[in-house]
Amino acid sequence: MSVLVYTESEGGKFKKAAFEVASYAKEVANMLGTTVTAVSVNADDSSELGNYGVDKVLEIKNEKLTTFNAKAYADSLKQAADKEAAKVVVVSSSADSKFLASLLAVHLNAGYASNVVALPESASPFTVKRTAFTNKAFNITEISTDVKVIGLSNNAFGLKEVSGAATAEGFEPSLSDEDFTVNVTSVDKATDKVSIADAEVVVSGGRGLKGPENWGMIEELADVLGAATACSKPVSDMGWRPHGEHVGQTGKPVATNLYIAVGISGAIQHLAGINSSKVKVVINNDPEAPFFKAADYGIVGDAFEVVPQLIEKLKEFKANNA
Amino acid sequence: MKILVCISHVPDTTSKINFTEGDTKFDTNGVQFVINPNDEFGLTRAMWFKEKQGASVDVVNVGGAETEPTLRKALAIGADNAIRVNTEATDGFYVAKQLARVVQDGGYDLVIAGRESIDYNGGMVPGMLAALTGANFVNTCIGLEVEGDTATAVREIDGGKETSTTKLPLVVGGQKGLVEESDLRIPNMRGIMMARKKPLTVVEAVESAPETKAVKFEKPAPKGEVTLVSPDNVGQLVELLHNEAKAI
Repeated sequence: MSVLVYTESEGGKFKKAAFEVASYAKEVANMLGTTVTAVSVNADDSSELGNYGVDKVLEIKNEKLTTFNAKAYADSLKQAADKEAAKVVVVSSSADSKFLASLLAVHLNAGYASNVVALPESASPFTVKRTAFTNKAFNITEISTDVKVIGLSNNAFGLKEVSGAATAEGFEPSLSDEDFTVNVTSVDKATDKVSIADAEVVVSGGRGLKGPENWGMIEELADVLGAATACSKPVSDMGWRPHGEHVGQTGKPVATNLYIAVGISGAIQHLAGINSSKVKVVINNDPEAPFFKAADYGIVGDAFEVVPQLIEKLKEFKANNA
Repeated sequence: MKILVCISHVPDTTSKINFTEGDTKFDTNGVQFVINPNDEFGLTRAMWFKEKQGASVDVVNVGGAETEPTLRKALAIGADNAIRVNTEATDGFYVAKQLARVVQDGGYDLVIAGRESIDYNGGMVPGMLAALTGANFVNTCIGLEVEGDTATAVREIDGGKETSTTKLPLVVGGQKGLVEESDLRIPNMRGIMMARKKPLTVVEAVESAPETKAVKFEKPAPKGEVTLVSPDNVGQLVELLHNEAKAI
């Protein structure tokens, strides 16, 4: 019985979230006195996983799995979990992992807890802390099934490097046509931009920016910080920015290390969506904006004056700290 | 085409969240309940299928009698029939089990559920329902067309979107994008009057052992005061983010 972890890759390279779920799985394995087995799909070099506590990697190489397919991936992970007699399966909170996790849980007759933010509070009964009410609260969930699936929130645990080595082993799940009944026909993804889910820093703009033509400075600020861009709900509803950037209760949750809000007043739904971010900065000309109550740092000022200065100062900082 | 829209009965997005009974229960005192926003986008898309393609639209909720006003609202928006599975929605798997029975009994071609409820945020009901009924599944769905027994679905992925084709029966986990915010409908008086006469069937639950249990709730620790930086000294913010917050 090992702890099984799904380590996602893209274009053959592991995502940061893969190292985070591996780090988490390692500590869970320590609690349970067992080892960590990772499953990789079409990854180039799985030895990296050893640095994050993985003992063994089941390497799947299959052309049919080049494009993500929830059913086929869930089926592959189910077979890997059976082979390893895994009691705990850990996945990330990426769109793909959330897509497959509920299918996997049913296949494994496993209880599934999503949005988990910390190590299990106890192994018996098995309890985990997760976010609920869209980050307005936490809830302690007990999973009572023999096999458990844990969906770890992005950036909730961090990376923990260890000295170790992972052995690799080929793994060929048996897949049938039944696994390929949802067929991807096109993918539209900006490859030169950091996605909100993968970002360490997010720069977000609100109605205070007055119009979509003023987003240049938001993008420049994001560029300097290697950040993803996001926006408030009114901005996405007015069509200034794509829906995929809408952050909040009905949009995306953001759990980054640094969240910078420009010209966003801080409606309760927006604040709920970003509550799990570690450091929050607000720039707004209204000192009464509710965001100032939720932020760690704030500047009361005109965004059109403050942001260009901030970009300059960050560039200087980067130059001095390169 | 027979469509079933799954409706969660959730606190309004502006609700303050509190707990009672030693932090084991959500405090419903003074809370306004609404159709889960992710479900409402799906319901509105279902109305489009009804009006343009002659689909029938039923709505279902798993919950006690107190959730009926939320189902009536869905009827007022235009759903034809409502079903309430009379039991407490304890965990995602339990809810999916109840819904699976409703789907099988009703022979639905398309099930639209929200990608997650905004209260428990489990995000597991649509996928579990698909797995239990053997239907195809597309999550975080932001676009859906159906022609005959073929569906074209657009899914939000991290940093973009993906289009796929699949066959009915299909379950989608929907969200904003299925329709726009401005497409959402406020029930009019006629709709509300008609909703009173539409069938709301109560069915009893099927037995299923719980897999997970919310044993306790906690509120986030209160936040400290914001540190204000003068707009004339923006460099100080960079310094604080580096030295104090260690965020850059």
